[in-house]
Amino acid sequence: MASEKTTPLSQTFIAGIWKENPVFALLLGMCPTLAVTNSVAASLTMGVSVIFVLTCSNIVISLMRNLLKPHVRILMFTLTIATFVTIVDLVLKAFMPEMSTKLGPYIPLIIVNCLIICRAEACASKSGLVKSIIDALGMGLGFTLTLSVLAAIRELLAEGNVLGFTVFATVENDGWFTPWGGMGMPVGAFVTLGLLLAVVNLINKKKA
Amino acid sequence: MIKNFIEKSWLLIIASLAFGVLLAVTNAQLTPRIKQNEIDKFNTLAGQMIDGAKNFESVPDEIMITSAKGKEIAVDVKQATDDSGNTIGFAFVAEGSGFADKIKLVITADAKFETTLGFGVLLSNETPGFGDKINKPKHYFVKQFTGTPAKKLELAKIGDWKKIDDDTEIIAITGATVTSDAVVSIFNDYIEQIKTQLQEKGLL
Repeated sequence: MASEKTTPLSQTFIAGIWKENPVFALLLGMCPTLAVTNSVAASLTMGVSVIFVLTCSNIVISLMRNLLKPHVRILMFTLTIATFVTIVDLVLKAFMPEMSTKLGPYIPLIIVNCLIICRAEACASKSGLVKSIIDALGMGLGFTLTLSVLAAIRELLAEGNVLGFTVFATVENDGWFTPWGGMGMPVGAFVTLGLLLAVVNLINKKKA
Repeated sequence: MIKNFIEKSWLLIIASLAFGVLLAVTNAQLTPRIKQNEIDKFNTLAGQMIDGAKNFESVPDEIMITSAKGKEIAVDVKQATDDSGNTIGFAFVAEGSGFADKIKLVITADAKFETTLGFGVLLSNETPGFGDKINKPKHYFVKQFTGTPAKKLELAKIGDWKKIDDDTEIIAITGATVTSDAVVSIFNDYIEQIKTQLQEKGLL
């Protein structure tokens, strides 16, 4: 990452969406990327949860960056992230119980999401408050968009619909489309992610 | 020694206390709602299976069952009553190991505990497109548990659904034998033992 003085905030924000996209460029947060992208709704919920945790932890870590001693650095990161993840988990259980059940252990697992620890280490512990917030929002948005695109492809091919809206009428409903069951399973996640990574690399290569 | 310890870890101690308070406040605020969500989900699922159920109240005596693995489990069996307060069925939460994770069901039975009225899924992370069919009330696998005798059930692996005469035979979901077996095992673990205990306690 370029230094704070030379990188405009708008560039920091946009970098998280494409150039330094957490999934396509940094290959971080693979666990939720593969696990929850069988539905767009679940992916959006995961994405928004990550944005909240990332922003809050970046704010706290940026504010205490001058007090952080090397030997408690990782402990402080984990403690901060775990607190905000627990809050998200409780809020989902209270206000979105069905989604909380659907996401199962993957919300608590945000605690060990490399993306959040990476941004704490690479940005928040070295940058000011505003830059840390912008970085968190850019990275979080990039993560959410990636998950949503992946989920939209998988949900469409596995069920013929996206977010409950029918796109392809399935043979079960007198249509033409035979759902690809495998797209809803882990194999579908690996194949779709691999193909999307290839497309992104191709685009980057052509742009370079 | 103590001075050295405090110098090195004061930030961690203060942050732990601050985050602890934040979590305690959040937990205190949200726990009643989370509990209510669980009660509402149970009542909704059980209410869909027991026609005319208005209230669900726990039976006065504790019901203990022994799982297939020999573990003692306390079961909160609830009596469903209608507008006039008559018992019209029973409902309870039962759980067991599925293919991917734990499966938690709401199982219902009629007022005499002679037949089961079906099951609803409280928690399941079974394979999409296969085991997760237990979440679909209209699927043949789920419908088989409506009107089934409240006794030991057998799983039949015969491919696609077809009508069979034996009410205690449950036809497995094609491609999801482990999940189908898990649901049948949960029924077998709970139903007969609960029925026996309700009879012994004079509640039937």
